[in-house]
Amino acid sequence: MHVRRPLSRRTILAAAAALGLASAVPATAQEDPIKIGLVAALSGQSAKSGEAITRGITLALDKINGDGGVLGRPLELISRDDESNPGKGLVAARELVQREDVAALIGGLDTPVSLAIVPFANQSKVPFVGPWAAGTPITKNGAEENYVFRVSAVDEIVDEAITEYLVTKYGAKKPGMILINNPWGESNEKGLTKALDARGMEHAGIEKFESNDVDVTPQLTRLKENGADGLFMVANVAPSAQVVKSLDKMGWDVPIASHWGPAGGRFTELAGDSGEKVHFIQTFLFTDPSHPLFVKLQEKFPEIETLADVTPATGIANAYDATLLLAAAIELAGSTDGPAIRDAMYKIEGVEGVIKTYDTPFSPDNQDALGPDDYVLSQFVDGQIIPLKD
Amino acid sequence: MTLLTTALVTGLGLGAMYGLIALGFQITYSVCSRVNFAQGSMVMLGAVLGYVLTQRAGLPVIVAYPLTLVGCGLMGLLVEYLLIRPFAIRGSDAWLMATVAGGILLDNAVLFTFGNEPRSLPSPLVGTTWQIFGTGVYPQQILIPVVAVGLALALQILFRRTRQGRALLAVMQNPEAARLMGINTTAMISGSFALSAMLAGVAGLLIAPLLSVHSDMGTLFGIKAFAVAILGGMTSASGVMLAGFLYGLVEALVTTYLGSSYTYIVVFGLLIAVLAVKPNGLFGTAALRKV
Repeated sequence: MHVRRPLSRRTILAAAAALGLASAVPATAQEDPIKIGLVAALSGQSAKSGEAITRGITLALDKINGDGGVLGRPLELISRDDESNPGKGLVAARELVQREDVAALIGGLDTPVSLAIVPFANQSKVPFVGPWAAGTPITKNGAEENYVFRVSAVDEIVDEAITEYLVTKYGAKKPGMILINNPWGESNEKGLTKALDARGMEHAGIEKFESNDVDVTPQLTRLKENGADGLFMVANVAPSAQVVKSLDKMGWDVPIASHWGPAGGRFTELAGDSGEKVHFIQTFLFTDPSHPLFVKLQEKFPEIETLADVTPATGIANAYDATLLLAAAIELAGSTDGPAIRDAMYKIEGVEGVIKTYDTPFSPDNQDALGPDDYVLSQFVDGQIIPLKD
Repeated sequence: MTLLTTALVTGLGLGAMYGLIALGFQITYSVCSRVNFAQGSMVMLGAVLGYVLTQRAGLPVIVAYPLTLVGCGLMGLLVEYLLIRPFAIRGSDAWLMATVAGGILLDNAVLFTFGNEPRSLPSPLVGTTWQIFGTGVYPQQILIPVVAVGLALALQILFRRTRQGRALLAVMQNPEAARLMGINTTAMISGSFALSAMLAGVAGLLIAPLLSVHSDMGTLFGIKAFAVAILGGMTSASGVMLAGFLYGLVEALVTTYLGSSYTYIVVFGLLIAVLAVKPNGLFGTAALRKV
């Protein structure tokens, strides 16, 4: 048993000092910032996506604070790295809420990390807005009071969209699935099976692979032998590249409709020229360097020289819009109280984001702001993501 | 038919990689009964150094790759000096955790310095594919078993035929007596860790063009290679190589015929079963217990 020691003099002094600091702050009460917590993978394989989210939020905060902030207070971002690890993500979320006292959380880049944070967000009644992870159960989590919102793609809807694409564009009758072996892969296995069932179609097999697998040829050969006439691919950028390399080696030229994994990095460098044959979902693309948000990006981050330097534009746009929506909700709520912000999320009107203008984007039945109409099918050309031409 | 040939070709290719990395475990284990559990990170180091020297510093391969191996060798010396020796001289087994920690440390150090984006190490040997029995193979995939088997044989010869090799053998048989006979035991042990890390570096350079270069690329390889080393019995280079091929083949055959969901369940299940029957591995000999 841990015996609680009586308060030492040092503790009391420290507490007194902390109190002194705390009471000193309200002197500048008007300027006291509203803190927004970010939990995302800022290192590791998904780091480039984490950087995109950070950039999107930063630009949105600049705009919001430039316009006078929210409730007359500036918004401040506090970031924590989850290293794509669900345990670390949950610890970070807890620390942000309990110690930093953030008004809301943004983040969860990887579906497993988001799923780890969801129950905590609902229990502690802190709004949690996802700008990236697409796992269906993140927002459809069954909580009575659901504090989880999303401005991003949703697996179930993406799966429907890529199925529709393979069927109408390539006349696929028996597509196969090559999925990463983690909860994200599983979420899409369900979504794709549902989409195929709805059309009365069969699949040529469901194959899984690990993120550091060198050779995916055995899995792909199984699909090919089973008569796959199209492939669904769900994996992050490096493992997706391994699939393309293995296809190349087999000399199997098959239509590939992919989730947005390839967008998270230098896909064509990793996969070679055949990477351009992969068609994948995006929610937003920069097609023109004179786009106002792109101009602001370049001003803020001089290392961005061309459109090719912002490959996950989706992450920037989702995070930008998510931050604007959250700020609008806090303003509507008139406080930083979690339940009040949540109620206000359902009343948002006319927020002009970069993806679209949001009029009542959320309802208790649908906590996802983006739908199938907001998806763009895209491909890499010369290292840059561009929308597919029909 | 294509299924079988694909499984065989893939399996032998993967098996050669596992075997090559596992040789590094075998060398140090033979000499001092200890291993560097950061072997996977050494593979990563080889790939990352190779990438940095050729792609960022622009050095030609003929200069860059030997430099890479020197770098790996130095890291091996460092691992032995900092993570093994301090514990070994006190008779502690904490080197085990120390090398695991060292690997995590190295992965993270590379993450910060090399960057967090997976990159591609080009090789002319992945530009084309050869058709073998109806399956495509990159020339690079053929190169790996050739190099791996060559190195395994070279090690065998090094141990049996050369003066240094016999000294190593002496160290492994009886370190005290070897020292009394004027063999520099400490240097031999350091050397074995340097050699082990260099082998991992070779593996890293060979595997990188088939995979992508990033800080955690070696982790899974390290674990599988350790399984292979145990399976092979840790005592002979050729046994470890054979175990590598066997492991790769089983892995590819299971994936091909049962499906990828079963790969790890079956492969590691079999591994445990084999070790239950043959605790010293398939090709290992029981260590003499000194009383």
